Amino acid sequence: MTSAMLILVGCQLLGELLRATFQLPIPGPVIGMFLLALALGLRARRTGNDRTPAPLKPAAEGLIANMGLLFVPAGVGIIAEAGVIRKEWLPILVAVAGSTILSLIVTALVMHWTLRPTHAHDTDRQGRAS
Amino acid sequence: MNAALHHLWTPLSATPLLWLVVTLAAYVIGRQVQKACGGSPFASPVLIAILIVGATLLGTGTSYDTYFAGAQFIHFLLGPVTVALAVPLAENFALVRRHLSSIGLALLAGSLTSVISGVGIVWLLGGSRSVALSMAPKAVTTPIAMAVSDQIGGVPALTASLAILGGILAAIIGRHMLARFQIDDWRAHGLAAGVAGSGIAAAQVAALDEVGAAFAALGIGLNGLLTALLVPLLAALWR
Repeated sequence: MTSAMLILVGCQLLGELLRATFQLPIPGPVIGMFLLALALGLRARRTGNDRTPAPLKPAAEGLIANMGLLFVPAGVGIIAEAGVIRKEWLPILVAVAGSTILSLIVTALVMHWTLRPTHAHDTDRQGRAS
Repeated sequence: MNAALHHLWTPLSATPLLWLVVTLAAYVIGRQVQKACGGSPFASPVLIAILIVGATLLGTGTSYDTYFAGAQFIHFLLGPVTVALAVPLAENFALVRRHLSSIGLALLAGSLTSVISGVGIVWLLGGSRSVALSMAPKAVTTPIAMAVSDQIGGVPALTASLAILGGILAAIIGRHMLARFQIDDWRAHGLAAGVAGSGIAAAQVAALDEVGAAFAALGIGLNGLLTALLVPLLAALWR
C-alpha cells in the first residue's frame, strides 16, 4: 500500500517538475498519468504480461472506486459562486446542460460509427477485459 | 443547552477534523441513498454529498475557506487518483492503439462541440462575455479548465463550478442518454464520459467497467491537452 502510494505521488511530483521545467499548459497529475501509463506499457512489453503488479493495482482500484468523494470539496465551492450563477442562471444552466449533453452524444456517436467496421474483430478482447 | 452546544462547537469548528468527518459522512450517506435507490445514477452520491455539506455550511454560517481547510486533505487525493487512471489505461493499451484514429476523431468532434455550443448558448441567451469565456473550457479536468479560463479572460472559480455541474450531469444522464442512441459499447461510453464530463463522469463509468475506465482516462487526458491548446486559439479569434 505504501509503495503504491509512493509510485502514484512520485509520478505526480515528476509531472509537476516537468510542467514547471517546460512551462507545459497541462497539470502535473495528468502528465504523471501519461508517464505511469508509459512505464507500465514498457514493463508489459518487457515481461510479456500486461497485468499491473500487485501493490499498485488494488491501490489504484481502491482510489478510482471512490473517486466521486474527492470532488466533493471542490463541488461545495459552487456555493461561493452562487452570486454570479443566480444573476445569469438561465444562460449558465442551459449552456452547461446543452453543451454537456451535445458533447457526450457527439463523442459517443463518432466513436460508435468509426468503430463499427472492426466491431466483430474486437469482441474477444473486449470480453476478456470486462 | 445552547451554551453547552456553543462550547462544544467553537473549538470543534476550528479543527480540520470536523469538516473532514462531515465530508466523509455526507458521501457515505450519498452512497447509502444510491444503494437504497437500486444503484440509480440519478441518486448521485457526489451531488447528494455536495448538497448536504453545502446546507451544513450555510446552516452553521461557516465560510468556504474554513471548510476547505479541513476538506483539502480529501481534495489533495485528486492528484494521485488522476495518476492512478494510468492503470486501467495501461492494461488496455492494445485496445487503445487499435482504435487510435476513432479516438482522435471522436475527441476532436466532442471537444469542439463542447466549446462552441457552450459559448454559443451563453451568447444566444444574452449572458455576459466573461460567463461565455468561463464556459469554454468547462468540460475538461478542473485544474486545466481553471488555468485555461484564467488565460482567456474567464473567471476560474466560476469555470470550476461549471465543470462540476457538467460532470454531475454527465454522470447522472450519461448511460440513459447513450442507451437512447443504442450505444452500449464501453469504449464509446468511456471516452464520451471523459471528454464531456471529465473526472466525475469518469468516476461513474470507472466503477462499472474496466474498458470504460481506460477510455475515460484517455478522454480526460487527451481532451485536457486539446482544450489547453485549442481554446486560447479560438478565444483569440472571437474578439
